[in-house]
Amino acid sequence: MIHFENVGLRYGMGPEILRDMTFDIPKRSFQFLTGPSGAGKTTLLRLLFMSLQPTRGLIRMFGRDLSQIPRSELPMLRRRVGIVFQDFRLLDHLTTYENVALPLRVRGKDETSYRNDVIELLKWVGLGERINVLPPVLSGGEKQRAAIARALMDRPEILLADEPTGNVDPPMAQRLLNLFLELNRLGTAVVIATHDLGLMDQVNARRMILTEGRLDIYE
Amino acid sequence: MNEITRIKSDKKAAPRRTEMRVRPTAPILPPTNIQGTALIVVIAIMAFLACLTFGAVTMVRATAAGWQSQISREITIQIKPTEGLDMDAALQTAKTLALSFVGTTQGTIMDDAATARLLEPWLGTGLDLEELPVPRLVIITIDEQNPPDFAAMRDLLSKEVPQAFLDDHRTWVDRLVSMASTTVWIGTGVLILVFTAMVLTVVFATRGAISGNRHIVEVLHFVGAESSFVAREFQKHFLKISLKGSAAGSAVAAILFAVLGAWQASSRATPESDQAMALFGAFSPGVIGYVGIFATMILIALLTTLTARLTVMKTIDEIDLVRSDPARSDGLPAS
Repeated sequence: MIHFENVGLRYGMGPEILRDMTFDIPKRSFQFLTGPSGAGKTTLLRLLFMSLQPTRGLIRMFGRDLSQIPRSELPMLRRRVGIVFQDFRLLDHLTTYENVALPLRVRGKDETSYRNDVIELLKWVGLGERINVLPPVLSGGEKQRAAIARALMDRPEILLADEPTGNVDPPMAQRLLNLFLELNRLGTAVVIATHDLGLMDQVNARRMILTEGRLDIYE
Repeated sequence: MNEITRIKSDKKAAPRRTEMRVRPTAPILPPTNIQGTALIVVIAIMAFLACLTFGAVTMVRATAAGWQSQISREITIQIKPTEGLDMDAALQTAKTLALSFVGTTQGTIMDDAATARLLEPWLGTGLDLEELPVPRLVIITIDEQNPPDFAAMRDLLSKEVPQAFLDDHRTWVDRLVSMASTTVWIGTGVLILVFTAMVLTVVFATRGAISGNRHIVEVLHFVGAESSFVAREFQKHFLKISLKGSAAGSAVAAILFAVLGAWQASSRATPESDQAMALFGAFSPGVIGYVGIFATMILIALLTTLTARLTVMKTIDEIDLVRSDPARSDGLPAS
């Protein structure tokens, strides 16, 4: 589904942040992306989300060479990728329901056509009673689940999550992990960027370890 | 999503629960925030100033045109008294000759009483015109659209009544035309400056308001919104804001003109009103003025909307620029 080949990235004239990245992310796969702070995890997620272009190498997303895709087509490709930011990026003036429905709204869908699906998804992530609440009132865990629900709303083929358990307590981290596993069981590929070794030890999954810009993969 | 489908079917089987209610969908951009309110106020003030200037220029132009028209509607034949001249006969001859030209409509010989009133400020009351060699006047009203041939009239008068001198007020009219056009040019200059200031203020205020909403542009971008969708949302939002602001400012300006016009009409023939009338003309910008005020309102609204569109497209371009040039960080940590 995603193929990286000799990908490198540098900021301006600085040193390469990421070097010689060659890997695949298969369909329906589950992997952790880990490494020390500053190793380039978020940068790699941004490459996966097409919000950065590599300075060298080849990236193929869903069978297409990214360097050949015009800018105007990128939104269509991004719709096939769900992303959960570390800082959630929920819009404070919209309710949980409206935030989660946003991906469908920007696609021009009629609200009545997706209302039930959004409510069912919110129940699935445990926010069924919080649909009319504004984000400033939500707890960290609730915000995280709302951000995950928004990323899942349009049924992406791959979900990228940046430190999804960074702001929650261990029981909530466990609940979120179960949510990701359930999602993966339903067919979505998952990439979780995390520092949390305890979290990774709970699942026998592929580990992508970034160290000083280089990637080692342990199947 | 099979799980969701399963939950749905379970729900059908379970006893019916109260349906979840959601509020009517809120706009993607918050309808009011600090930047939006500030922008409404800025637009209202600039619209008020622009409309005020436009109305004032329209008024000055109308007043200047009025002066010019009043002066050029009349010409004067002046007859100087000389030894042995039958003044009454000369006045009558001059009047008849003048009225024989196409383009003249009416002739009036200024009688002794009127002439005495004219000289009263300099020579006092009780003036006996027989004792003084005072020139006498014939006032001829002309058709402004089709004026007579002044040169031919002057020639004929100099032949028939050598003491007559034709004053077509050309010197006055030329001076007034020059003054009026200077006034209108100055007014137009001020109008251009006010409009330029308004355009720049509205552009910068709109850009400021959008930079306060940049996080919304980014989120929309990340959830897969196309640039045209984001631009449309911002256009709608800023069109509403600018219409509110410009309508408020223009309405206040229009009301101000209407109130001043009503005050002037109600206090006609009082010293205050007469002075105001002499200085500024009638406080009524007329139909053209009110149409201009409306046009200014629409122009400001369109300008704000266009600025919003261009700024949002630029913001999206910047996000894409970060994509192609990672050195331009958009705030995401590069951990």
